[in-house]
Amino acid sequence: MTEEIKNTQKSIEPQTSPAVITRRRFLTAMTAVTGTAVAGAVVVPMVQSLEPTAAASALATTTIDLTPIEPGMQVTAMWQEKPVIVINRTPEMLATLDETMQKGLLKDPNCNVPQQPPYCKNKYRSRIPEWYVGIRICNHLCCIPHYRPKKGSVAPWWLGGFHCPCHGSMYDLSCRVIKGSPAPHNMAVPEYEIDIAKKKVVVTHMYPLAHLC
Amino acid sequence: MGLKEWVDKRSPLPDMWREHMAEYYAPKNFNIFYYAGSLLLLMVALQFLSGFLVLAHYVPSAEDAYNSVFGIMYDVKYGWLMQYMHVDGSSLIFVLLYVHMARGMIYGSYKAPRELVWIIGYILYLIFMAEAFFGYVLPYSNLSYWAGTVITSLLKSIPFIGNWVTIIARGGPGISGDTIGRFMALHVTLVFILIIGLIAVHILYLHKVGSNNPDGIDIKENKDSNGHPLDGIPFHPYYTVKDLSGFGVWLFIFAAVIFYAPTFHHIFLERTMSTPANALKSLPDVTPPWYLSPFYAMLRSIPNKNGGILLMLFAVLVPFLMPWLDRNPVRSTRFRPVTRIMLIIFFLNFFLLAWVGEQPPLPKYFFPERLGSVIYVGFFLLLPIVTMFEPTRKPPARVRYRAH
Repeated sequence: MTEEIKNTQKSIEPQTSPAVITRRRFLTAMTAVTGTAVAGAVVVPMVQSLEPTAAASALATTTIDLTPIEPGMQVTAMWQEKPVIVINRTPEMLATLDETMQKGLLKDPNCNVPQQPPYCKNKYRSRIPEWYVGIRICNHLCCIPHYRPKKGSVAPWWLGGFHCPCHGSMYDLSCRVIKGSPAPHNMAVPEYEIDIAKKKVVVTHMYPLAHLC
Repeated sequence: MGLKEWVDKRSPLPDMWREHMAEYYAPKNFNIFYYAGSLLLLMVALQFLSGFLVLAHYVPSAEDAYNSVFGIMYDVKYGWLMQYMHVDGSSLIFVLLYVHMARGMIYGSYKAPRELVWIIGYILYLIFMAEAFFGYVLPYSNLSYWAGTVITSLLKSIPFIGNWVTIIARGGPGISGDTIGRFMALHVTLVFILIIGLIAVHILYLHKVGSNNPDGIDIKENKDSNGHPLDGIPFHPYYTVKDLSGFGVWLFIFAAVIFYAPTFHHIFLERTMSTPANALKSLPDVTPPWYLSPFYAMLRSIPNKNGGILLMLFAVLVPFLMPWLDRNPVRSTRFRPVTRIMLIIFFLNFFLLAWVGEQPPLPKYFFPERLGSVIYVGFFLLLPIVTMFEPTRKPPARVRYRAH
């Protein structure tokens, strides 16, 4: 009986000796480190599986025919799952662009925030004054603003432009954001080529500095 | 040895039954507000059932999702019933959640030692919001599409990784069939399992510290010779039977909604749910479901994107701090008239915000939006000050109740 107890004590004793504890701690630490590394390595493919599929990320350009767009009209086309608007602005509509600036209605009248390629950094925000080409997505939370070209159609002072149905952001006819809107910046303009002779616009890619919404 | 004895020796269930049902002592003076908790359990079970049955017919793809939902409504036998159970059930869950939380605020159930019960419960409320959001994107109606776009674009405000997170959430630059796939996976597996797990945790944490009651006093301070609280009764059979009769009444209400007002005047099921998704046509006004609209009204009340999002985040997260914002040691507002009046104003204001959040974004609503936001934030800012100095009556030593 006593012999048995001694044997048990012997087998217990080494378990608590400093050497064993150090070894056990080392093994625990190694297991923890290895386990974390393996878990981390597995997370990478798991998260990447959630990224856009090859099919979804395949890029494409969109060509828009300008022939049917008469002065004062607008056309919206799809480009990379985003609506792109083309407006054929009349001289009266172009005149409102100066008026909004003179009345001090705009947050960024001179387009200092790079929401458009450098060649569109002007009050028209386009390559050719009459033709506005831009992404029709509100800079606030990605809704599609309504086109409201008529004066006084949104508010008595309204000169024409875009009004977002979601949170009430307002833009002028160059899609420059009007003060008091929740949207921080003007609507984004993508990179595009326009050929007036052939009457077509090719939207090529997103202007990288522009903030869509 | 009988079979029951044989099983009991090997099973943990008899002990659990005793701990959580037969010998869990709950205060005698629960009132009608205390039905909400057990009704929520019932509703989650019914959501699982109806959800399982509609999932059996649902097709998660951009092309077929919308038509498959209409197929459930018109072609599947009793599909309309399962569909309306699921849709109205989600709104009624939020009705019950708000009653349950309001009861906790009125009787101070978030106060020590129940802070963790409150926090776990509030996390559950947030997860229910996520579950509801993923759910209403799935039919791929135009409202689904635009609500999905607006809500996921909130993620873009996360510093540095916002764009990447948004793309991961959507599975592409915009809402598409890929989004439906991952939202369905979240809705039926991850988020649902979180809800079930957290409900269990919520109840276990509650049973560790014991239930509060309308008088807000500690029933464990007065015990009989057996160590049972004098003001408590065993949950089973007393409250199980009481809750079952509550189930009966509630199911009548639930059935009345399903059969006579399934869309509840287009509050539970919006009109814009019945047009298919269209990426080129955002809705005349994208308003959230009623249960999220108070927060949405606060988002809109600041004409600055990140400012609005920060206010909304603050509004959503600040109730976590309730246990520490309330400095009064007395729990129930039965004895704290000032806090009670503040709470009533807070609840009415929540309705004001819910109403204004459903209105189109016109300048004439700016004033009620901002007033509502100021009252909402003001309540939480005033709470620590008021509760330190408010006049407080002394709570009774024993709970007050009328036996039936």
